[in-house]
Amino acid sequence: MKTILATTALLTMGLSSAALAEIRLGASISATGPAAFLGDPEAKTLEMLVEALNAAGGINGEDVKLVMYDDGGDPNKARTFATRLVEDDEVVAIIGGTSTGTSMSILAIAEDAEIPFISLAGAIDIIDPVKPYTFKTPHTDRMACQKIFEDMKAQGYTKIGMISGTDGFGASMQAQCKSVVADYGIEIVADETYDPKDADMTAQLTKIRNAPGVQAVLNPGFGQGPSIVTRNYKQLDIGLPFYQSHGVASDGFIQLAGAEAAEGVRLPGTALLVADLLAEDDVQKPVVTAYKAAFEAKTGTPVGTFGGYAHDAFLILTDAIARAGSSEPAAIRDAIEATSGLAGTTGVYTFSSTDHLGLDLSAFRMLEIRGGKWTLVE
Amino acid sequence: MSELLQFLFSGVTIGAVYALVALGFTIIYNASDVVNFAQGEFVMLGGMITWFAHAAGLPLPLAALIAIAATACLGVAMNKLMIEPARGAPVVSLIIITIGASIFIEGAAQLVFDKQIHSFPAFSGDAPIRVGGATILPQSLWVTGGAIAVFVGLWLFFTRTLLGRAVLATSNNRLAAQLVGINTTFVMTLSFALSAAIGALAGVLATPITLTSYGVGIGFALKGFAGAMLGGMGNPKGALVGGFAIGMIEALTAGYLSSQYKDAAAFVVILAVLFFLPQGLFGRTSTDRV
Repeated sequence: MKTILATTALLTMGLSSAALAEIRLGASISATGPAAFLGDPEAKTLEMLVEALNAAGGINGEDVKLVMYDDGGDPNKARTFATRLVEDDEVVAIIGGTSTGTSMSILAIAEDAEIPFISLAGAIDIIDPVKPYTFKTPHTDRMACQKIFEDMKAQGYTKIGMISGTDGFGASMQAQCKSVVADYGIEIVADETYDPKDADMTAQLTKIRNAPGVQAVLNPGFGQGPSIVTRNYKQLDIGLPFYQSHGVASDGFIQLAGAEAAEGVRLPGTALLVADLLAEDDVQKPVVTAYKAAFEAKTGTPVGTFGGYAHDAFLILTDAIARAGSSEPAAIRDAIEATSGLAGTTGVYTFSSTDHLGLDLSAFRMLEIRGGKWTLVE
Repeated sequence: MSELLQFLFSGVTIGAVYALVALGFTIIYNASDVVNFAQGEFVMLGGMITWFAHAAGLPLPLAALIAIAATACLGVAMNKLMIEPARGAPVVSLIIITIGASIFIEGAAQLVFDKQIHSFPAFSGDAPIRVGGATILPQSLWVTGGAIAVFVGLWLFFTRTLLGRAVLATSNNRLAAQLVGINTTFVMTLSFALSAAIGALAGVLATPITLTSYGVGIGFALKGFAGAMLGGMGNPKGALVGGFAIGMIEALTAGYLSSQYKDAAAFVVILAVLFFLPQGLFGRTSTDRV
């Protein structure tokens, strides 16, 4: 009996000390389902970073264990997995929420449990109003609109047409753009939409072309829709300046639309897309180059903005845990909020108690496609 | 004038894709009264397999043939493994089985292939053809030509060949068909192979326009199904007309009313037609002897 007790005690001690020697992080990513296009590189990025971090000795000598679930883009599943992460897996922080819907689900659980949560989704509602434990890495779609309108204003365009996808991304950005457009003295003279699964948008584009005085066209959208719109734009030979959103900021867009059709398209993108073109003294250059090299070597596929969001979330979290010197959720939260001048792939993050996004418009670079390649406009 | 022409061209482009998918529904429906909801997955496989074979270095025509043949084999396997074992089950159960098959194929495709969006080059280049101030892509003509060719083929098959009549007989009364010596098991296998091949052909022709990824199947299936219902389920003429009609309604609504209402307009028309003609525009009216 005594031996059994002693063994049990030893085992318990062994287990608890093993548990102390690792930092448990949670993630709920949409690696499958309609948002798989985004979630897949995010999941691969997190797996790769954890592996690399542990190989390099972990954080302050403690290994990191990542518990990752695939919520398939379903907010209900994301809620279930967030609960499981908090109650069963006892993680100290959660990364995830590929889409705005899943992020809102996880947010509620994380705030209740007082666990830091870094979302990878775009909508401003996630961090506005500020919630104590919720942060996010991507810029908002409102910022993308502002960046585009800034460029349009600089070019002297005052009347534009918009053709937006009816999916969550397109609809949200369409609404945000319409709410800030007046600040730039620009008027939307044609406002058309398309279903993301449509095969042809020439009818909508013809209508925009015939709108009186239209000087430029903007296409907030995501997935295959913008590629088809870009091809149709070329097919109709509209010839006006054409702007896309950050939703298609990846090499895949140029391939799908075709270099010829995509020629001259402008969009706000992150430093990640133009790693080679960054100035040598650019603070983002080292982190962007390192992530690009590691991701492309590991997966054989080109890096995209969305994998970069996961990279930044992981970077912010590990940086905060290292500075906090503790893996208590409250200490991590305080350390995240104190993050200042941390260069990620998306931008340079500086959080505060009133700003849980940490980025400004400088995080976006205005890019133009020339000869099938990205070029910097500024 | 050029505006109207452009809207019509847009309608042809969209409608040809719907019509081609709708045609795929007819054979299985004619053989068994089953609406095969995995039809969209056949379209997806046609596009995805062609892309992967082409990316692996095969010439496009060979890649397309491989995709069509492989999808036809998958159609046969689906019939042997899922539909045949449930032979005695009511039609509704069989339809539910096809929905299951659709989800299974979609899931398998994202593991076997990947989750990215793909495309391959258009058959006759991307230079638009200009007619009276409007433009249409050569690939749209390929899809339209494909839809008409499949229509003619199916029409000849069902009206001029013994095998086609055997398919119709099996649908009408399986037991009676068996009694007059029709091998109904073979008819079912054949109809799945043909339907899958037509679906894959649709995928091959449409992908340069619509692009493809593992998840596009359900969208194709719904619009194709709507086209088939509008024209009259099981009638190749109905599938062709129904598919093009939906494409035209969508394009004209987007052009003249608002793109916000284009899907709604198409479905309002479908509801109105089905209200007055429950069998669709060209559907056969069924009478039961009691």
